[in-house]
Amino acid sequence: MLELKKTVVTQGTFHIQLPDLAFDPGVTAIMGPSGAGKSTVLAAIGGFIALRQRSLFWEGVDISQYPPSKRPMAVLFQDNNLFPHLSLFRNVALAVSSKTRLPAPQAELVEQALSRVGLAGMGERRPSDVSGGQQSRAALARVLLQDKPIVLLDEPFSALGPAMKQDMLDLLADLTAERGATVIMVTHDPNDAKRIAHKISVVDRGTATPPMPTETALATGGPLAGYLSG
Amino acid sequence: MASRVVAIIMGAAVLAAILLPLGAVWSASDGLVRPTADDWASIRFTVYQASLSAVISVGLAIPVARALFYRHFWGRDVVVMLMGAPFILPVIVAVLGLISVFGQNGLVNGVLGYFGVKTVSIYGLQGILLAHVFFNLPLATRMVLAAWGAIPTERLRLAQSLGLSGLALFRIIEAPMLLRVIPAAFAVIFVICLSSFAVALTLGGGPKATTLELAIYQAFRFDFDLGKAASLGMIQLGLAGSAAVALTLIGVRTDLGQGLDRPVLRIGDPVWRIILDVFHIMWAAAFLLVPLGMVMAYGLWGISSLGGDVWIAAGRSILMALASTVLCLGIALCLMHKWGEVIGSLGIAISPLVLGTGVFLMLRKIGNPFEYALVVTLCVNALMALPFVLRILRPAAEDTRAHYGRLAQSLGLSPWAWVRWVLVPRMARTLGFAAGLVAALAMGDLGVIALFGTAEHATLPLKLYQLMGAYRMSQAAAAAVLLVGISLGLFWLFERLGRRYA
Repeated sequence: MLELKKTVVTQGTFHIQLPDLAFDPGVTAIMGPSGAGKSTVLAAIGGFIALRQRSLFWEGVDISQYPPSKRPMAVLFQDNNLFPHLSLFRNVALAVSSKTRLPAPQAELVEQALSRVGLAGMGERRPSDVSGGQQSRAALARVLLQDKPIVLLDEPFSALGPAMKQDMLDLLADLTAERGATVIMVTHDPNDAKRIAHKISVVDRGTATPPMPTETALATGGPLAGYLSG
Repeated sequence: MASRVVAIIMGAAVLAAILLPLGAVWSASDGLVRPTADDWASIRFTVYQASLSAVISVGLAIPVARALFYRHFWGRDVVVMLMGAPFILPVIVAVLGLISVFGQNGLVNGVLGYFGVKTVSIYGLQGILLAHVFFNLPLATRMVLAAWGAIPTERLRLAQSLGLSGLALFRIIEAPMLLRVIPAAFAVIFVICLSSFAVALTLGGGPKATTLELAIYQAFRFDFDLGKAASLGMIQLGLAGSAAVALTLIGVRTDLGQGLDRPVLRIGDPVWRIILDVFHIMWAAAFLLVPLGMVMAYGLWGISSLGGDVWIAAGRSILMALASTVLCLGIALCLMHKWGEVIGSLGIAISPLVLGTGVFLMLRKIGNPFEYALVVTLCVNALMALPFVLRILRPAAEDTRAHYGRLAQSLGLSPWAWVRWVLVPRMARTLGFAAGLVAALAMGDLGVIALFGTAEHATLPLKLYQLMGAYRMSQAAAAAVLLVGISLGLFWLFERLGRRYA
């Protein structure tokens, strides 16, 4: 269980007042109008924005002062998920090692991760040589290999076409479900949430609601009603 | 964080490398004594020639930049690129070229003599100005051209559609732009010319044309009066240092800008305007190309007759230039922060000769300073190139950090892995360009080495200077061809390497 305790997140002159929030295994979507601070909340959880002491707990341990790489989290950003000058193989391999010559067992793990996302045999290509969907798959392969119990996603597939995006969401949901991972996903698309999220937390007017079941949040008269109709 | 520790250590090392020699100069000088009449003459001449150089360079640059901005023509890019070349051209080679055009037996005096006009000497103030304009006219042209290019295209198109032309266009759009860029260009060139040494060494001299840098050299080499050299060093430091600080404070940046394009289409310009523009471009190109062409034409045939000592000096220079490049880039990679750039920029305020004098005074306590000539030259060259390199590298580094910093953080890349897998590959192109600049600058440097250099430690530029001093002009021209070839070759090689790995 990932728990965020009542706190204020500040980025520049922008503040968000957060109540206690708890995220359980499965996909939780963070939704709300643009500019409301969805990505800010995610960045605070990921360790890219400072949090007060004792404001973020994983399995009861205070991780609020951990640097991003020490947190039990893997992150998929909106863009720049892959280093364009490195092969897909090398990009994925950075999850486990930055050695020039990867030891055979680790190289094997990288190949496995690539096959899991349907990129078997494409490791030597550079990101610019593959499609946008394949780039997303490679990034997902790295997340798999990082093998962290929490996965943070900041609208990671927003650049893909609708069909491709659904494929990626399904793949993501399958892969994370089989490890019982906790997934927190920022999205502005209710269809994304309907497809794979079991809960939604709404960020709006400088605060956030605790995660509630997806149907409740999206129901007519629910907290997202105004946003959906607008 | 480990990288921060490295940055602090490196910053402290650079600071020490600059401040310790200055301390040595300070304690060897007689403190704040009143300058002698000779010193005053040097100070006056230094400021006078620097002001004149700046005024002439900027004044001539304006019509050239204007012509380059408004005229579309085949080869325009080449001319603009040519304007960037003097930065990596060894000073001594340019001087040799100017002598072959404007010197006693040069092209111009040959023509004048044919018509029975008395010959004009290139030595003295006029020669120094000529060389300074040769180097700084292109710099000024690039700065002014960049300012012209920074005028929003829409504004120029609006002016065209309103039918503004000639005086109206100048008053409303061009004059305000020029008023901003002219003082900046003047200030940059003034500061550069304050510390000019190689030009004064080769074309100046005598009581009427001695700059402070040259006076330091003469006190050092001819009188071996270290106290006097140190006192002059303090004066030079005060003069050039305060000018450089003033430059930083008013926020002028020496932009080496890589490309400025989008020429604006001009239809319906009067014919005299076009002819005038063509004339400006032609004389500027000729002024830059003819001297070099002369040296090349003289020297190319002589290369095979060059003595073994010249080739050895060339080899020594290459090794020194490569070591300088490695050292400079190594330091720069550790100092790519705001305060790192501040420390690195100190190099602009301090002249190589003052630094060299200080190092000499320090080394004297542990042995024979002349033995260390190459090591000192190598380090001073690295320090002198550092401000340019940091200015080139920092934006690229910050870009990389902005794009991939979070990803690297979330992956927990070690500082070494970050440099190895992200920073260097992402910046390969910029690094190659910067490395090329350092290597070419170090290769062509005739500064500290002139203070320290003995026959057995001579670099190629020093060797060339010695050949000129012995009036072995055909050998000098051949050595100049070799020097230009190696300087440009190193630049090309590094640039190429950078592109290859980008």
